[in-house]
Amino acid sequence: MNQLLGFVKKEFTHIFRDPRTMVILFGIPIIQLMLFGYVITTEIKDARIAILDHSNDNVTREITEKLLSSGYFKLDANLRSETEIEPLFRKGDIKQVVVFERDFAQRLEREGVVSMQVLADASDPNTAQMLYNYTNGIVQDYIRKKFSSITIPLQIKSEVRMLYNENMVGAFMYVPGTMALILMLISAMMTSITIAREKEMGTMEILLVSPLKAKHIVFGKVAPYLLLSIIDASVVVLLGNLVFGVPIRGSIVVLAFLVILYITMALSLGILISTVADSQQVAMFISGFALMLPTILLSGFIYPIENMPVPLQVLSNLMPPRWFIDALKQVMLKGNGLEYIWPNVLILSGMTLVFLLLSIKKFKLRLQ
Amino acid sequence: MSTEIKNSQPIIEVRDLVKKFGSFVADDRLTFDVYPGEIFGFLGANGAGKTTAIRMICGLLEPTSGKLKVAGFDGYHEREKIKRNIGYMSQKFSLYEDMTIYENIRLYAGIYGIPRKVRLERTDEMLQKLQLTEHRNSLVGGLPLGWKQKLSFSLALLHDPKIVFLDEPSGGVDPLTRRTFWDLIYEAAHKGVTIFVTTHYMDEAEYCDRVAIMSEGKIVALDTPQRLKEVYEADSMDGVFLKIARNKE
Repeated sequence: MNQLLGFVKKEFTHIFRDPRTMVILFGIPIIQLMLFGYVITTEIKDARIAILDHSNDNVTREITEKLLSSGYFKLDANLRSETEIEPLFRKGDIKQVVVFERDFAQRLEREGVVSMQVLADASDPNTAQMLYNYTNGIVQDYIRKKFSSITIPLQIKSEVRMLYNENMVGAFMYVPGTMALILMLISAMMTSITIAREKEMGTMEILLVSPLKAKHIVFGKVAPYLLLSIIDASVVVLLGNLVFGVPIRGSIVVLAFLVILYITMALSLGILISTVADSQQVAMFISGFALMLPTILLSGFIYPIENMPVPLQVLSNLMPPRWFIDALKQVMLKGNGLEYIWPNVLILSGMTLVFLLLSIKKFKLRLQ
Repeated sequence: MSTEIKNSQPIIEVRDLVKKFGSFVADDRLTFDVYPGEIFGFLGANGAGKTTAIRMICGLLEPTSGKLKVAGFDGYHEREKIKRNIGYMSQKFSLYEDMTIYENIRLYAGIYGIPRKVRLERTDEMLQKLQLTEHRNSLVGGLPLGWKQKLSFSLALLHDPKIVFLDEPSGGVDPLTRRTFWDLIYEAAHKGVTIFVTTHYMDEAEYCDRVAIMSEGKIVALDTPQRLKEVYEADSMDGVFLKIARNKE
């Protein structure tokens, strides 16, 4: 036991004496969370638009007023003619132009139908689609309120409520994803690098010749990272809650269990990588490309899995973060307990077991 | 010296030891004994199978076939017991460069389960001998190569092993530093520690009590440096080595 304690202590010494490791452990998680929380946001705020009002009557003015006071749009220019539209888009100053036709109010009253043209810059299709949706929503809402006296026969009115994230805050999605990414980075990447370092420096041989058993060596290398990962996970949850208002609706115990399970999975993946990699560079390369990219792209962190082509959807099943992020959202946002997330727990446990068994097999092969 | 130690029981017994990697035979039926207190050298070019052999004897690699006994324990089934009785120093010195001299000593003492009191005594003694007492809190990374080497060797001796294995211990240092390093080795051997050393430096081979010359996985000659020089009619180990290489062609 004393042997092991000294060994764990040594690992902490390595960590605390290496500024790069410290930055990765404590700087990157916070920076990443802030970046994902603030920068990569799908929410629209103050998108610059232009208005071309051929009618300029009380209805068009009221609609314009509604659009601009919604908080989604900001007026960039009032246009006089169609010819001004194209150059503005080309310059990239504006995202959308709203065109009202002549005699807008009059036609609306007399004919009951009037058209309003919405031009959007679809070189960024997601934003364009969203801007249009917001515009349409605001106009429909205006018409309904303004002419509430006129009853249109057979009307379906949809009452929308966004459950679990009423205000559609992007951070609700990014905080769980960032957590998956950070824990993967610290647990898998850092452990694979630190074990590869012992091999590269030749110290691994000294350890293997010593009475320390292989499992003790691995445990001694991994234990400090388990502890630090738990600290990082707590920081992310806390910051997510305090800064971005991401709730923790489920039980803290279930949340802790889930996080520790995921960390264990990532650590065993790191061990597996280190059995393959003989140098820190190779370890970094494998964890960087084989872990980080799929974690970001295929886990449903940023891009919804349902929208992917079928082969990629199948592939995403193999990505541990996918199951973690899903379970994490369930626990944090929906308040679900083990009765809902047990399949995810089972899959993550299975993956952990496979990684560990493979590592042991690989390790034995080395000795032969 | 070698005649009197041969009367005792060998501390390392190797019989027909073979190591294959796939179809490649790294070590081919090695057979030899090493006696307590002896400085036994393994001499050969890179790739001759020295490192594979030393790794098998230390328990880092499993032999393909053959018999192996180290410090009285079986090389297949009692590897854990062997590990408690041997020390090892590899080509890379294997100290933690981001830790101080004292921290390295404490770590190794901990790994081998040396009690605190004994550790403190031996640490003082060792630092004094190496004249490193005032540097005990310096990071190992900043030490000159020769010092690292001596420290590394002393650490391999810290837990009082019966045998110390040195895998090309003095690579990269000048002959003078190598000489002072060998003074430490002699001192340990005089205290009864068996030294097993691999090298490709001929001057180091001269320092050994007995030398086994390896080539392409086989032991091609084994005797005292003096006898080898007589048999091959050479005036240095260098000459012996060249003649053996020529005979093969």
